[in-house]
Amino acid sequence: MLEVLTLFLFNIVIYSIPLLYATCGEIMVEKSGSLNLGVEGTMAVGAIFGFLAGCKADSLPVAVLVSFITAALVGAIFCIFTITLQANQNVTGLTITTIGVAVYFFVGNGLGANWPVYRECTRLVSGFADIEIPGLSAIPVIGKAFFSHNILVYFAVIVAVLIWLYFEKTSIGLRLRAIGENPGAADSLGVDLVKYKYLHIMAGSGIMGIGGLYMGLNMGGTFEGSNCWINGYGWIAIALVIFANWSTTHAIVGTFVFGFFNTLRVYNMPIATTFPNTFGWLSKVPAQVFSALPFAVTLLVLIVNSVRSRKTNKSNAPTAIGVNYYREDR
Amino acid sequence: MAASEYAIELKGISKSFGPVVANKNINLNLKKGEILALLGENGSGKTTLMNMLSGIYTPDSGSIFIDGKKVVISSPDDAGKLGIGMVHQHFKLVERFTAADNIWIGKKGSGFLLKKDRNKEIEEIASKFGFEIDPTKIVANMSVSEKQTLEIIKVLCYGAKVIILDEPTAVLTVQETKKLFDVCRKMKESGHSIIIITHKLNEVMEISDRVAVLRKGEYIDTVESATTTKMKLTELMVGRKMNLNIERSVIEKTEPLLEVRDLCVESDEGALAVDNMNFYIRGGEILGVAGIAGSGQKELCEAIAGLRKIKSGKIIHKGRNLVGMNAKKIAAQGIAMSFIPEDRLGMGLAPSLSVADNVILKDYTNDKGLFVDRKRARDEAKKIVDMLQIATPSVDTPVRRLSGGNVQKVLLGREIKSDPNVLITAYPVRGLDIHSSYMIYDILNEQKTKGVGVLFIGEDIDVMMALCDKIMVMCHGKLQGVVHASKVKKEELGLMMTGALDLTNVKVDKPAGIASDSAFTAEEWEEAADMSEGAES
Repeated sequence: MLEVLTLFLFNIVIYSIPLLYATCGEIMVEKSGSLNLGVEGTMAVGAIFGFLAGCKADSLPVAVLVSFITAALVGAIFCIFTITLQANQNVTGLTITTIGVAVYFFVGNGLGANWPVYRECTRLVSGFADIEIPGLSAIPVIGKAFFSHNILVYFAVIVAVLIWLYFEKTSIGLRLRAIGENPGAADSLGVDLVKYKYLHIMAGSGIMGIGGLYMGLNMGGTFEGSNCWINGYGWIAIALVIFANWSTTHAIVGTFVFGFFNTLRVYNMPIATTFPNTFGWLSKVPAQVFSALPFAVTLLVLIVNSVRSRKTNKSNAPTAIGVNYYREDR
Repeated sequence: MAASEYAIELKGISKSFGPVVANKNINLNLKKGEILALLGENGSGKTTLMNMLSGIYTPDSGSIFIDGKKVVISSPDDAGKLGIGMVHQHFKLVERFTAADNIWIGKKGSGFLLKKDRNKEIEEIASKFGFEIDPTKIVANMSVSEKQTLEIIKVLCYGAKVIILDEPTAVLTVQETKKLFDVCRKMKESGHSIIIITHKLNEVMEISDRVAVLRKGEYIDTVESATTTKMKLTELMVGRKMNLNIERSVIEKTEPLLEVRDLCVESDEGALAVDNMNFYIRGGEILGVAGIAGSGQKELCEAIAGLRKIKSGKIIHKGRNLVGMNAKKIAAQGIAMSFIPEDRLGMGLAPSLSVADNVILKDYTNDKGLFVDRKRARDEAKKIVDMLQIATPSVDTPVRRLSGGNVQKVLLGREIKSDPNVLITAYPVRGLDIHSSYMIYDILNEQKTKGVGVLFIGEDIDVMMALCDKIMVMCHGKLQGVVHASKVKKEELGLMMTGALDLTNVKVDKPAGIASDSAFTAEEWEEAADMSEGAES
C-alpha cells in the first residue's frame, strides 16, 4: 500500500518537473513585459537538439547545454521579430510554436533509422539516473518520493529558487521588473531595454528548452512519428504562469498540482486496486478522461483565476505585458 | 572662454512625424537659474520640443548647446548625463514599486545585490533636496501630487541641473499647485533652471521669469513675464486677439430635471467610488462638478448614463426612476453623455470608424430596413463638422486620424445632435487649446440657453467659476457641498476638493443637493426607494 503511494508521489514529481522548467522560463520572459506563446515550439526545439547532441557526445551536460542554447536561439528569433521589428507578440509566439514543432518532426523523420538509441548512450543514461540524497532519501515514503530523483529534478527546483532571488534581491531583477511594469519609466532612467529584453527572453527560452529535453529523456528518447514529446505541456505552462501568479517559487507548488493530474492518468489502476473501497471507482473512469484532465483543469484554473483577480485586483501580472515598446510612439 | 549665460540653447531645431511637421526651425534659450514658461496651443509642438531635450525623440535637424557646448542627445540616458531631467505629463513611474525602488531603478553602480538600506539612502538624498518622503510607500497608493513630487525628486537625484515640467498643474488642486510653485522657486534658488510647459495663463504670470511662445510648431517670441499681459500672450499664442471672458448667460431655470438621491456606486475595484451623493440639475443651468481626478467623477457619469450598476440610491429624471434602465433606454429619455477620459480616445467613439459612422453610432438602429442609411450619416456628420468647425479631410476619415481636439468635438457634436435635455459632459476641454476650449464653452452655453440641464465635470477651477451657475465639489466620492459659482472663493473650492471643508450641512433646513421643489413628494421618494430595492433583488 505504501509502495503505491510512494510511487504515486514519485511520479507526480517526474511529471511536474518539465512544467516547472517551462513555467519558470515563461515567467522570466513575461517579467520582461513580453508574452511568448511559443513555449511549446521552443521546448520541442530544445528537446530534439539537446537529445541528439547528448547522444552524440554521450553526455548529459552537453545535452542540457545544447537544449538551452538551441531554445535560446528560438527565443532570439522571438526577440528579433517583436523587439527589433516590433511585430505582434501573439502572432510571433504562435508562429514559433508551429515552426518549432515542425522542426522537431522534420529532424526526427529526416533521421529515420539513424535515430540514436538512448539505451546505448551509457554515460548519458547514467547521467540521467536517479541520485539518492544521503540521509534524506532514507525517510520512509518521502525519501523515495522526493529525494531519489535524477539530477535535472533537483536542478529545476534550484533554478526556480534562484530566479526568484534574482528577481527580488538583485538590481538587475529590479530593473527587469520595471521594464515589464512600465518600459517608458525604465527607459527614461537609462535602462538599456533592448539588451535586457533580449538577454532575459533568451535565457527564459533556454530554460524552457531544458524542460523539453527532460521530457524526451523521460520517455526513453524514442521518436514517434506522430507524437511530439512535448504533447501540449508548453500550453499548460503558459496557464501555470498565471496560476503561479508570476512567482517561480509558487510555480513549484503549481506544477505539482498539475503533475498530480497527469500521474492519475497513468496510476489510476494501481490506486483503484490498492484502495478498492475508497478509489475503486477510478478503474471505471475511461482513460480518455484522465488524458483530458490536465487540460480541463488548466481551463478551470484560468477561469477561476481571472474571476478572482478581477475581484481582488491582486494579480501580479506585469502591467505592460504583451505590448511592444517604441520610444517615439505618439 | 567664460561659461555661457545660457543653460540650454536650441538652434534651428526641426522635427517631423511622417508628413506632420511638429517643430520647424525653433530657436530657444534657457538662462541659468531662471524659470521659463513654454506656452502654446495644442499641437504647437511644446512637448515634442521638450522630448528632444530629454532624449525621447531625436531632432531631424538643428543643434543643441548646453553650457555653450554643442551636444547630441540620442537617448534619455544621454539627457540624464547632461543634467537634463523631465517630469512627463504622464508620470513615468512603476506603480507597483515603492518610492525608493522607483528611484533605485536608474541608479548607476548600485551593485549586483539590492541593498537592504536603499530606503534610507533614498530618504537621505530626498531630504538633502528638502523633500520628505516615505521611501517604502507604494506608488499606486500615492496621490497625484505625491507622485509628482517623487518624479521631481527622481530627476534631482540624478543630478539634473535643468528640469522640464510638462503641464505639471493639469492634475493638481489649487493648494497643490501653490506647493509645486514653492518647490520650483526653491529649486531656482539652488541654481536649477526650469522649463515649465502649460497653457494656463495666470500660472505663467505667477511663476515664470520669461515666457517663450510656440505656435503651430514655430517659435514666435520670448517675452519677460513682468512686462507682458495675458492679452498679449494670448495674441502671441493664437495669432490674433481673443476675448478671454467666458459669458455666463442668465436664463430662467426650470424645475429640477435630474435628481439624484443617496447614490452609492462602486468602482471597478469594488471600493465605494460615489458615496451617498445628493444633487439635482435644473433646465437652463450648468452645474459644475469639481474634484481631484479620480474622486468618483467617472463612476458618477457612468451610473447616470446606465453604464455602471449602482449599489443603492435613486436617479429620478422628470419624475421617472432611471435605476434599472439600460443605457439605450436612458439615452432615449434625452440624457446624453460625453466623457473624455485621460487618453482622450477611450470612450464613446470607435477610433477606426469614420466620422460619419461615429455620428450615427447611437441611432443607426432607428433606420428602416436592413441597411444603414449612409447618406443620412454623411449629411448629419457634415452638419456637425460645419457647426463645430472640425478640421477633417472628409467625413469618411477614421476618427483616430484626427487631432485630439477635433475628436472631442465629434463626440460632443454627436451628443448635442441627439437633442438632449440633460447633457453630461466630463472634461470636454481636456488638453484642448484656448481657441477650441472657448468654442466648447460657447456650445455649452448655447445648450443652456435652450433649456438643457448641463452637468459639467471639469478640471480648471477658474473656468468652472466663470462658466457654471453652481459648482458641487466631490472628494473621495462624497459631496462636499454645492455653491454658487459667482459667490465662492477659489481657495474655498480648493479646500473642499481636498476634503478640508465640508459645506453639506451648513444650512440645517436645506441640506445640500436636495431641491426644495422636487418633482417627487416625500412619500413618492419613499416609494421610489422601495421600487429600486425591488428591482435589485
